[in-house]
Amino acid sequence: MTPTLQIFLIVSGALFSIGLLAALSRRHAIFILIGIEMMLAAANLNFIAFWRFGPQHQPPTGVMIAIFSIAIAAAEAAVGLAMVIAVYRHYHTTNVDQLDQLRG
Amino acid sequence: MNSAAFIIIAILTLGAALAAATLQKLMHAALSFAGAFVGVAALFFLLGAEFVGLVLVFIYIGAVAVLIVFTILLTRRDVGKDRGFNWSGVAIAVAVFSGLTWSILKTQSLSIIAPHIRALTVKRVGEALMTSYVWPLQCVGLLLTAALIGALVLVMEEKR
Repeated sequence: MTPTLQIFLIVSGALFSIGLLAALSRRHAIFILIGIEMMLAAANLNFIAFWRFGPQHQPPTGVMIAIFSIAIAAAEAAVGLAMVIAVYRHYHTTNVDQLDQLRG
Repeated sequence: MNSAAFIIIAILTLGAALAAATLQKLMHAALSFAGAFVGVAALFFLLGAEFVGLVLVFIYIGAVAVLIVFTILLTRRDVGKDRGFNWSGVAIAVAVFSGLTWSILKTQSLSIIAPHIRALTVKRVGEALMTSYVWPLQCVGLLLTAALIGALVLVMEEKR
């Protein structure tokens, strides 16, 4: 049996859920960024899988969207990690539960 | 498409991703993160998008993982303090996963096998990038420049 589109989508859904788990349940800011990156990777996997299993067009649209999404994810990671460092300088912690200065 | 290779890659990817999400030590989690992205790149190779797989390896393992390790080293002093783990996140993640799996399995039109396609060479990708996608490419270049400057401004020393 060769892998069907369903199996790829389930793997991508599992990767998304693991990223969501990391983003929602960890307290450390770097873990939240890792979770967001994993969710973006799951979305890219979906794009590539739908490109591979769908009808073929001349500009390979799914691949292009995945490439642009990877570039934007890299920019997001750079800014996010810079924010983690800036927050650490201010508050001397990276625990997001302690960053509650704006709480009403 | 080889199903044995797919099963091995999928198990390794999901295992590494789960380790990255749950390991207590940040450095181990960063290494598992790199491993998970090697697995995702291998899945891209399996799907015939070799160029995207290579891009993923270069950017994520070459740049983002190193950046994460640098950030861990720069914010090291309070590593031991946060052991917090929010268990409601597990429930939400499991609920999302079961919802997604249920809807994927219910959709009949998704159980198709891969058609034979023309190989996606780097030449084809480059042609598409330079013709139909040249404006998005310029915008991404601008965005990356802006992100670079923004990251530099964020981490600059503040004057008091």
